[in-house]
Amino acid sequence: MSTFDNPFDPDRNLRAGCVCGEHRSAAEHEQAASALRCEPVESEEKRYEGVVASAVMRAMFPQDAARRAFLRSVGASTALAALSQFFPIKTATEVFAETGAPEKKDLKVGFIPITCATPIIMAAPLGFYAKHGLNVEVVKTAGWAVIRDKTINKEYDAAHMLAPMPIAISLGLGANAIPFSVPAIENINGQGIVLAMKHKDKRDPKDWKGLKFAIPFDYSMHNYLLRYYLAEHGIDPDTDVQLRSVPPPEMVANLRADNIDGFLAPDNICQRAIYDGVGFMHLLSKEIWDGHPCCSFAASREFITTAPNSFAALTRAIVDATAYASKAENRKQIAEAIAPANYINAPVTVLEQVLTGTYADGLGGVKTDAKRVDFDPFPWQSFAVWMLTQMKRWGQIKGDVDYKAVAEQVYLATDTRKLMTEMGLSPPASSYKSFAVMGKNFDPAKPEDYVASFKIRKAS
Amino acid sequence: MTSSLRLRAGLVSIALLAAFLGIWHLATRSTAPVAAMSPEYAKLMGLTATQGKSAMPGPLDVGAKLWEHLKRPFYDNGPNDKGLGIQLGYSIARVGLGYLLAVLVAIPLGFLIGMSPLLSKALDPFIQVLKPISPLAWMPLALYTIKDSSISAIFVIFICSIWPMLLNTVFGVASVRKEWINVARTLEVGTLRRAFTVILPAAAPTILTGMRISIGIAWLVIVAAEMLVGGTGIGYFVWNEWNNLSITNVIIAILLIGIVGMLLDQILARFTRMVTFPE
Repeated sequence: MSTFDNPFDPDRNLRAGCVCGEHRSAAEHEQAASALRCEPVESEEKRYEGVVASAVMRAMFPQDAARRAFLRSVGASTALAALSQFFPIKTATEVFAETGAPEKKDLKVGFIPITCATPIIMAAPLGFYAKHGLNVEVVKTAGWAVIRDKTINKEYDAAHMLAPMPIAISLGLGANAIPFSVPAIENINGQGIVLAMKHKDKRDPKDWKGLKFAIPFDYSMHNYLLRYYLAEHGIDPDTDVQLRSVPPPEMVANLRADNIDGFLAPDNICQRAIYDGVGFMHLLSKEIWDGHPCCSFAASREFITTAPNSFAALTRAIVDATAYASKAENRKQIAEAIAPANYINAPVTVLEQVLTGTYADGLGGVKTDAKRVDFDPFPWQSFAVWMLTQMKRWGQIKGDVDYKAVAEQVYLATDTRKLMTEMGLSPPASSYKSFAVMGKNFDPAKPEDYVASFKIRKAS
Repeated sequence: MTSSLRLRAGLVSIALLAAFLGIWHLATRSTAPVAAMSPEYAKLMGLTATQGKSAMPGPLDVGAKLWEHLKRPFYDNGPNDKGLGIQLGYSIARVGLGYLLAVLVAIPLGFLIGMSPLLSKALDPFIQVLKPISPLAWMPLALYTIKDSSISAIFVIFICSIWPMLLNTVFGVASVRKEWINVARTLEVGTLRRAFTVILPAAAPTILTGMRISIGIAWLVIVAAEMLVGGTGIGYFVWNEWNNLSITNVIIAILLIGIVGMLLDQILARFTRMVTFPE
């Protein structure tokens, strides 16, 4: 029995005559039962009442056969009356409905076809949006700049963005300043450095002077992680190598054509390069920083204030999907759900290798790392602070930065915590945490010292 | 004589096509050496890596895929995956709309400019500067100001197809033979009547040539514009398949873009022949 089916309808296919025996005709029965029916939905409250009542019914009669027998013998209205005797359905409904009906049900969410967007994409075919009462159309978009512009233009209500993008947009870097917010992180880990086959024996980054690397976007974790990695090995990313912003699909083609020597990109692109035999996996991004955020789910502040309930429902759907995606046993099913041309449009084998973590490394070996990509929605504000330090380090932000204020404005840790608690999940109690990037500790309370501690950075 | 020429030309065309397909087929056969790999590893790899299959599809692959598309051109698997027929329909509709708007603006404006030497001189610098701008350079500006990607695409079509029409109309109207206008003047024909009965028919072939150039450019540009904004259209299809590195589908799209472009051109060519007159 699905949540939205009428809990008091003992038989969905109404036969001639009254099914419960209480009424003279089927029509009369219909009329009596219509007070309890979910469809057509007369009001939001009615639907919630249905949801609550069906949950209660399910709890009382776990077996469908027993529930049907009960309903047949006493009839729907009697059942409801009896149930209300000892369970306050009305009150429960009110409590449940407090989450509020969405102001806008038909939403458009933009995504870029990479495995980072897994929760956003899979929520459509696997029904997570529908479960939270939304009708969401997920729209594939050509690139990060386009997804930014379309979200700013309100063609999309919310979108998949690189984790630093909402910060950059809010600060007005590379665009007009428009306040954006991140209620959920899409994925953690799940990127990699791939090198062209000819660099098979050049595994030490110290030998990489003069190479050309591709990154998806300037305001991306990919950019910051690659720069960090290179700098830790004594390579100045601004002077010793070339970094180019290249759309992910073109990375594989460029690698094949020998235009670039390698890239730091989302895993499905990495795996595709390996699948086609043009590159090998040098390093998983997980080995640079285990648990780093990559992409985020973002919406403009304007959308959040004009349609708070839609936004909450959307966030719940994403958090739900993320929780589902974080379980290893679901990953195969997800790979199949998001592979078709309507979504990521990639061979299932490639996505499966990314999501299950058993993958070909391009050098003839099969490796296993179940946490190669992982999903954890909580928007740690310390993530935002770290990104700001890197923006500052590489000269994307000039002058003083109020790290904490920006992080708290953009990364909605408090709201997401509340929402996750309501959903029965256990979010972390704090919004800040320390972590280590390549063995170097980051203390979110001292961002300025952190920036100053790097030898290689852009002179400001 | 002409029929035999046509026959021979046809035969040469077919021979060229056969030769092209043959060379293509030979060039894309699997020849690359295959490295030895464990079966477990091979299962995770693609055909290019395991069987040395060329990254470029052969004509047989393309033919098979094309047949698959032609069998169901109008399927709809959600907002991001629609049949080729639907995609082409979107592209043609965008081109049609943008082009029609351009016709409505360019021809009356061209008429005015062509009939008035003063306006012609005054507007010339603007037209000369605006004409050579790549239509796609307008895209970010359009997206930013119009705030709607599908209207932006139509605007880009409009802006790219307006110039050839405008310039040809100006040229056609300005170079109507003086004798004809003088005759009309002597017969005391009014300005409006003169425009419609003397200048328009005389300038029509030039105007239509401009329109023919424009439709060609518009069709070139729509593919690039749709690749940029995405969503729907044949350009989006190319981009989506490029994402999947499916060269087969990209080749099919190229073929279809060529055919539709040719048809659009032929339609305008027919109109041009209708208004051409012997002098």
